Amino acid sequence: MTSLSQSVRADGPTPDVPPVPPVVPAGRPSRRRPVNYVTRGLFVLVLLFFSVLFLYPFLWMVSASLKSRGDVFDNKLIPKTWHPYNYVQIWHAAPFLRWFWNSAYIDGLAAISVTFVSALVAFAFAYFRFPLRNFFFGCVLATMMLPGAVTMIPVYLIWHHIGLANSQIPLWAPNLFGSAFYIFLQRQFFLGIPREYFEAARMDGDNYFTMFRRIALPLAKPALIVTVLFEFKAKWTDLMTPLIYLHADKQFTIPRGLYALLGQWSPQAGGNGDYEWLMAAMVLSTVPMILIFLFAQRYFIEGISLQGRKG
Amino acid sequence: MAATTTLRPTAGPLWRARRWASGFRERDTWWAFVFIAPWLFGFIVFTAGPMVASAILSFTDYSIIQTTHNVGLHNYKLIYDDPYVLKALRNTLIWTAMYVPADMAVSLFLASLLARIDRLGAIFRTIFYLPVMTPTVAVGILYLLLFNGSYGLIDRALALIGINGPAWETDPNWIKPGLVIMLLWSVGSNVVLYLAAIKNVPQHLYEAASMDGASAWRRFRDVTLPMISPTLFFTFIILTIYCLQVFDQVYTAFYYNPGNAGGTSGDATLFSVIYLFQQAFVYFHMGYASALAWMLFALIMVVTVVQIVVSRRFVYYEGEAR
Repeated sequence: MTSLSQSVRADGPTPDVPPVPPVVPAGRPSRRRPVNYVTRGLFVLVLLFFSVLFLYPFLWMVSASLKSRGDVFDNKLIPKTWHPYNYVQIWHAAPFLRWFWNSAYIDGLAAISVTFVSALVAFAFAYFRFPLRNFFFGCVLATMMLPGAVTMIPVYLIWHHIGLANSQIPLWAPNLFGSAFYIFLQRQFFLGIPREYFEAARMDGDNYFTMFRRIALPLAKPALIVTVLFEFKAKWTDLMTPLIYLHADKQFTIPRGLYALLGQWSPQAGGNGDYEWLMAAMVLSTVPMILIFLFAQRYFIEGISLQGRKG
Repeated sequence: MAATTTLRPTAGPLWRARRWASGFRERDTWWAFVFIAPWLFGFIVFTAGPMVASAILSFTDYSIIQTTHNVGLHNYKLIYDDPYVLKALRNTLIWTAMYVPADMAVSLFLASLLARIDRLGAIFRTIFYLPVMTPTVAVGILYLLLFNGSYGLIDRALALIGINGPAWETDPNWIKPGLVIMLLWSVGSNVVLYLAAIKNVPQHLYEAASMDGASAWRRFRDVTLPMISPTLFFTFIILTIYCLQVFDQVYTAFYYNPGNAGGTSGDATLFSVIYLFQQAFVYFHMGYASALAWMLFALIMVVTVVQIVVSRRFVYYEGEAR
């Protein structure tokens, strides 16, 4: 278990300071050798080339969403004729507002519940010493490796038998019991908080719950934010669960809705090929994620690096 | 396990067992169990229980609608005889073998360039990460449109430089490469991971290597690679598990006939989880699908163990005596 000691060391005594170098290093970092300007320029050129490759699908998508039906595949970045009205029409063509609301509330509930419950459990694994602890933590780790396909069918049958298989509840309710990956991630973080902080709180007469709320949660804020963001993004993207549980358009989440629109509008399924509307819908469903990333970038980067520290 | 709560495991097994059991009498222990109770409940109801149930179901012809019979090993025999299972397995393994190295190579390349251009790196890193935020359904739809053989952007662009692009979506030989290229769009999270790992490599190692006259390539090969090998190893395993279960993007891109069983493209898009999903939730062959799920689980376990055994030799852990 080298990972454990590593993370303790790396997280250091002030756990609310991110363990990752800041996005923009302050001043000129002296530790790095000055790189030859020609090489550096060459690197930037190569990266610029790749940036164009990475950004082009977005540009294509936005531009197609502003074209007329016939022009979608002319593959020009600037539309011949501008059709911003597409963005108005999709709200009439599909219950899009409803889908946005469904996704927002399901994903919100899922993200917030999984964060707090996982924190509670992760804290117990980090702080308490109790019999069977390692066995239970082994179970957590094993769950992470378990393919979802193995439990998918029985879990569906459980919801089916309590009569909730055609509702949105199965999309978020399992998160009320925490999730192995986030328990693991947050435990790493809690281990980095010096034990004295907790002992001091105990001296003040806190019971374990108040200690958890007053000391552990505030100090683990970065890890909590990472969890909320990761889970919200994962749910915003998930297609398989809504495919299993949601059957009426009014219940759909964004990905399930996009999938339905694809089937409804595409020529292979007898539609008119309204790809300009589909692109508008895709732009609208991607924009919130991009905004979240741009505003919370530091947490995403930190969260990803935290995962990597496992090895 | 028993030794975990014991502070001084010095006095024999019986003493240790008693000591361990006495842990249950402590108040803190009960507090700990209160804290982990939600997880424990969820683990039993949504993981352990379903695993047992799935194992039992795999020996039945359960279908929700009809009466259930115990069919013994029939489902597993069926897997053996079902030509689609073999195709799905083949497709999944080939696709994984193509995607995982490609993803690791591209991420490593981009990350090592980013590591060398300090300040601008942050901007590029943001750009490379944006596609990761795109819903997977949207990625599938983009593949469908961009890789279209007659009017898609990719083939149009290839035509500009005089290449007659393949029919990405209908030619069975080109479906997987096309999917690999499309999904490489989302390498961003590995780029971020590798970049963080490279930045953690102690600078003095590079200085020492330069002093010894090592070229940039040698520094990369003999300093960077070994130092970030734990991260590479970790992503190797995680990416493989993820690839073996690919679903969203392929299911979307070939929505009109997911899995394309018997279709024009010669079943080239039939992946394990797609086949399993269809058996379970389209045809309601839940018993058979459970057996398929266990086969997939076994496959993932075997592949992971092989990977661990093979790549352990190439992983260097700092501070570990070898």
